[in-house]
Amino acid sequence: MRTIRLSLRSRRALLGLAFISPWLLGFIFLFATPLLQSIRFSLSNLSVAPGGYVLEYVGFKNFKDALLVDATFNRILVDSVGAMVLNVPMILFFSLFTATLLNQKFRGRTLARAIFFLPVILASSAVAAAESAGLINLMGDASAVDASADGGASFNVVSIVRMLADVGLPMAYVDYIVEAIMRIYEIISSSGVQILIFLAALQSVPGSMYEVAKIEGATAYESFWKITFPMVSPLILTNVIYTIIDSFAGSPVTQAIYQTAFKTQNFGLSSAMSWLYTLVIGLVLIVVGWVLSRRVHYN
Amino acid sequence: MAASGTDRMVVVPKQNYHMHRVRNKTSDLLYSIFRYALVIGISFIILYPLFLKVSVAFKDKQDIYNPTIYMIPQHFTLDNIRLAAQVMDYLPLLANTLLFVTITTLLTAMSCALAGYGFARFSFPGSNVLFVLVILTILVPTSTLMVPMYLHFRSFDFLGIIQLFTGTNGINLLNTYWPSMITAATAGGLKAGLFIYIFRQFFKGMPKEIEEAALIDGAGGFKTFARIMLPNAISPLITVILFSFVWQYNDTFYSALFMSESPLISLKVASLPAQANQLIPQLMGFGSNSGIKADPNYVAMIVDTGILLAIAPLIILYLFVQRYFVESIERSGVVG
Repeated sequence: MRTIRLSLRSRRALLGLAFISPWLLGFIFLFATPLLQSIRFSLSNLSVAPGGYVLEYVGFKNFKDALLVDATFNRILVDSVGAMVLNVPMILFFSLFTATLLNQKFRGRTLARAIFFLPVILASSAVAAAESAGLINLMGDASAVDASADGGASFNVVSIVRMLADVGLPMAYVDYIVEAIMRIYEIISSSGVQILIFLAALQSVPGSMYEVAKIEGATAYESFWKITFPMVSPLILTNVIYTIIDSFAGSPVTQAIYQTAFKTQNFGLSSAMSWLYTLVIGLVLIVVGWVLSRRVHYN
Repeated sequence: MAASGTDRMVVVPKQNYHMHRVRNKTSDLLYSIFRYALVIGISFIILYPLFLKVSVAFKDKQDIYNPTIYMIPQHFTLDNIRLAAQVMDYLPLLANTLLFVTITTLLTAMSCALAGYGFARFSFPGSNVLFVLVILTILVPTSTLMVPMYLHFRSFDFLGIIQLFTGTNGINLLNTYWPSMITAATAGGLKAGLFIYIFRQFFKGMPKEIEEAALIDGAGGFKTFARIMLPNAISPLITVILFSFVWQYNDTFYSALFMSESPLISLKVASLPAQANQLIPQLMGFGSNSGIKADPNYVAMIVDTGILLAIAPLIILYLFVQRYFVESIERSGVVG
């Protein structure tokens, strides 16, 4: 009898392994192997031969080339990180705000939700590329598009800047807010998933907590900062990480890596670039995760 | 609710009670006006480009230069749609894309549900480490794996079996649907790590007793999963299927990498402006070498109509499932 009981446990383990086996196979052959290979590629000079490829070890030459020789890569990398630093707080603030808004009861809430999540469905780099190309056709060239965009919106911006400056905000903040307003569509369309996550978090906050707060005489403002915010704070970390990864996914860096590999056929340099890029993202994630996880409240 | 607690309870002397009531009512009203202004404003920003495209799609050529027209065209026409459909070769393209996306979506949902269930309910040596690796697949950018994956599928050979038997260097799977099918079936496709995570969180939240009852009734592990667990997992299934469908439909990264020559909508849309420029003079009856260029404004109009045609299936799909979608994500356990 003892052997059978033991085998029940290992049978469960085997069953579990059977369930994850498709993933495990894919992970080993389509994730882990390419990952290790790409490290090897980044240290070598890769030339494509009929039916395969030839590797020639060159040490850290590719990394040096990516950072010091390539004309644009380090600038693009720094720009992308900069854009990320600006974008993440905007997207986060907007999505938390919108989720709180959509969580309230008002007429037409279902319709509002349906509209607010439309950008999740329609966010497509292909459509964006075709749109800007269509616009370029219309305007003649890209600089004209930029100029017209500036021209069309300049009146609003001037009035906003004046208004905010009158209130007495420092110019750096004014710049940031104005930039956020200028790119409102971009921010809205890249915060769909984050809104969903926050909305799910808000729904899981027990309503009795708000009732108690109300009886104790807390204002709406207080109950937001003392109840809502701490309760959704673990999801802020999740959202920050998701936003960072998402903002990198379609960045110019990815494009540069793609171009290097498939236009100039320099696979080694491309792998080195992608590893530098991975390291930068990893570093950002570790720093952000470390800073935020010390402030997060878990219940 | 969260921030709408303007009707807070305040202890007030009796003579002031009426005034407080009035003040509360006014602030409630002001707040709800403010809220509607915000909601309508943001909705407008989201819908405006869409309305613009619909308006352009039905606009006649002579309406382009008429500055008095806002949104609603004076001369309705279906010519733009017909021409854009011709440029894109729309119906065969759509059928092909839908078939491809449906198959990869179903494969992804299946493999991710299996993996999610495996991680949620079974403990085997290294199960926690393996789950950390699932999270790792979310974090590593796809461009890091791009070159090895490309070379791998260029001469695909599972464990060297083909070389062993035939002596050749494996098969070239590029420009077939196999690379995407294989990654989808092995839960390694677009954002699959996220889907596994969603399923695992959901299955972790289901009561264990159901499974035990099924086990006692004599159902095996897979039967329990297929008959009991999966039918109860409708909400994460809808979430995963919708996300997977949409992301696959919009994906240009993997499709450009593995099957740049395949007729897929995402690839076609990206090259639409160039193609419209080239094809429109021909379709309007000029020879291909006549050197006649189409009016750029008209080309832009056709491109816009083409984009509308490309996203139309997604919008129609969304109209049907949005209710389940928003409700299901609230219950699907993304939060954990």
